[in-house]
Amino acid sequence: MFRLEKRPTPSRFWLYATPVAAVVLTMLAGGLLFAAMGKNPFLVIKTIFWDPVFGEFAWYLRGQLLVKAGPLILIAIGLALGFRAGIWNIGAEGQYIMGAICGAAVGLAFYPTESRLIFPAMILAGAFGGWLWAMIPALLKTRFNTNEILVSLMLVYVAETILAKAATGFLRNPEGAGFPGSRNFSSYPAAANPELIAGSGLHWGGVAALGVAVAAYLLLTRHVLGFQIRLSGQAPRAARFHGVSPTVLTVLCMGISGALAGLAGLFEVTGPAGKISIDFSSGYGFTAIIVAFLGRLNPLGIVLAGLLMALTYVGGEMAATNLGLPAAAIQVFQGMLLFFLLAVDVLTNYRFRRMAGAAAAGAK
Amino acid sequence: MKRRNLLAGAAMGMALAMAGGAFAQGMDKVKACFIYVGPIGDGGWTFQHHQGTLAVQEAFGDKVETQYQESVPEGADAERVLTQMALGGCNIIFATSFGYMDQVNAIAAKFPDVKFEHATGFKRDSANVSTYNARFYEGRAVEGLIAGRMTKSNKIGYIASFPIPEVIMGINAYYLAAKKVNPDVEVTVVWAFTWFDPAKEADAAKALIDQGIDFIASHTDSTAPLAEAAKTNGAVLGFGQASDMAEYKPSPRVTSIIDNWGPYYIKRVGALLDGTYEQVDAWEGIAGGEVLIGEITEAVPAEVKAEAEAMRDAIAAGTFHPFTGPINKQDGSAWLAEGQTAPDGDLLGMGFYVEGVKGDIPQ
Repeated sequence: MFRLEKRPTPSRFWLYATPVAAVVLTMLAGGLLFAAMGKNPFLVIKTIFWDPVFGEFAWYLRGQLLVKAGPLILIAIGLALGFRAGIWNIGAEGQYIMGAICGAAVGLAFYPTESRLIFPAMILAGAFGGWLWAMIPALLKTRFNTNEILVSLMLVYVAETILAKAATGFLRNPEGAGFPGSRNFSSYPAAANPELIAGSGLHWGGVAALGVAVAAYLLLTRHVLGFQIRLSGQAPRAARFHGVSPTVLTVLCMGISGALAGLAGLFEVTGPAGKISIDFSSGYGFTAIIVAFLGRLNPLGIVLAGLLMALTYVGGEMAATNLGLPAAAIQVFQGMLLFFLLAVDVLTNYRFRRMAGAAAAGAK
Repeated sequence: MKRRNLLAGAAMGMALAMAGGAFAQGMDKVKACFIYVGPIGDGGWTFQHHQGTLAVQEAFGDKVETQYQESVPEGADAERVLTQMALGGCNIIFATSFGYMDQVNAIAAKFPDVKFEHATGFKRDSANVSTYNARFYEGRAVEGLIAGRMTKSNKIGYIASFPIPEVIMGINAYYLAAKKVNPDVEVTVVWAFTWFDPAKEADAAKALIDQGIDFIASHTDSTAPLAEAAKTNGAVLGFGQASDMAEYKPSPRVTSIIDNWGPYYIKRVGALLDGTYEQVDAWEGIAGGEVLIGEITEAVPAEVKAEAEAMRDAIAAGTFHPFTGPINKQDGSAWLAEGQTAPDGDLLGMGFYVEGVKGDIPQ
């Protein structure tokens, strides 16, 4: 009846309509799911999308949206640069953990010295930790042509093991009575990353996320490197003729995304999380992949997508607590978002064509 | 605007607290809230806490409203969930994992009129924070006795989660009871560094089985270790952990330690209802009904079963303490003298193995 036909050029309409359509479809399918579980679907959707922003406790929850969105945006922007160039860093979660560990280690090494220089040094160490962890798959790819998807993903599990070691061993709080976990940064002002305005939820990580979004937007639209990234993704051969070195580009893109993930980890460990603990990693590195695609790999789109994703987390928690939904239902709901996004995304590059009679007969 | 709301809220909270203080006569209705570290379907730790939640609902009916949130990570997310619950009108909040300690104390300071109950913790920074735990080591002793009597290879295993006193105490109690009835027994500890991860728990069980171990006790939350033991056709036996895990009866699960939180939850919510609520540091065991020993199956010889039940009853009666001297530390230094029983403080801060346990506690 119908067949998919590749569009000569990607549809600009669907490029921007896809995320909206995906959100609407997620609401519909999610509503059916919640209804099947015996909950009022309108109430659930309202609790997830409306209450955190305009509801009774919005004054608290709006800040929490920033807390949740900050690391997602920071990581997703780095990933998007690579994804645009066809470089698939799936291991941002590991780079996030390593950034947190390196940054925290630098801060804790100076404990209890008070100096204005400590926090900047930790920021550098955090970015370095993430960068270093991303260099492993980058160098293995450029030297030995290994698959960066597999290597970066597997390094996440290595990082988690190092995290457990840090929390129970080399970064453990010496005054913590043998319990795992580092010192809490909230009681060490020189290394802490508190809310910049009390109650706002905004800490240095949020500021960095917005700054990086603007910088990445300018990079992609105004800078030659941005052009090379886009060209490599769309036409690798043309890029090569244009003098773009795949090796340099891989190292650059992996490095930037690793450093940004490391920064996100550093801001998280010194701020909302407060300390290195065994359960410090909470999946931001993986969720950021969804955010990057939801934001159309566009830095400004990613800011919006990060806020939307944060909304499903904060609102999802509200729905789970107040309406008695199981946590798994909320996770399914979030997963649907990526599923529908990828499904609808087909329309950006393809269109449905009704088959002509003869062609249809021939096709049978 | 935000700040004003916050101030208004704080003022109202103070007014309520003062009104409560002036009358101290309980409440007509209590909203009791629970945060869980894993999914209810873990079949172990969280499942048992949820059974406690259901018991509260059943005990008080209309006078109580319960709410819960599953799978709350131990970090910044816990702080938000606790705040949401406190804002949402919960009168008492049970935080059911050790890792919520800092968050509970931070949020409790902001909501002085909400009661916070933290499982297995030791920090009570403000007057509205209570802690509660169960003497699981009592159940470990019963398990150790059965393992020591029944092991054929004289090698018994323990899947440990994290090197915290709670877990180390369990390993020591298990080993001491086994060694008492079988001087040749050796215990091997595998650290899983997780509370709930069926794949990692299964790997840990496999590693133990490969070393010729024929009894596995676990300190993690899922049924995966028993599922691994079940594949050995009865060569390897184990225990239900946190919940009865009756689906693995009669073997490989030969008995179990059941966490029974219902009585404590009912007591605390009841106290809030009738106005007798006070800050506590609760640590009940077999005697208080918080730790139950599950049915000992026919896979255990009758005389061993009788011996295990006698130990259980002696612990309940207070005539036997699993940590009774003489006991030396792993390095050979003296810990408990002949006939001396372990002070609670030593147990709650336990950072050492007893003499005879091989290996090191991860540092």
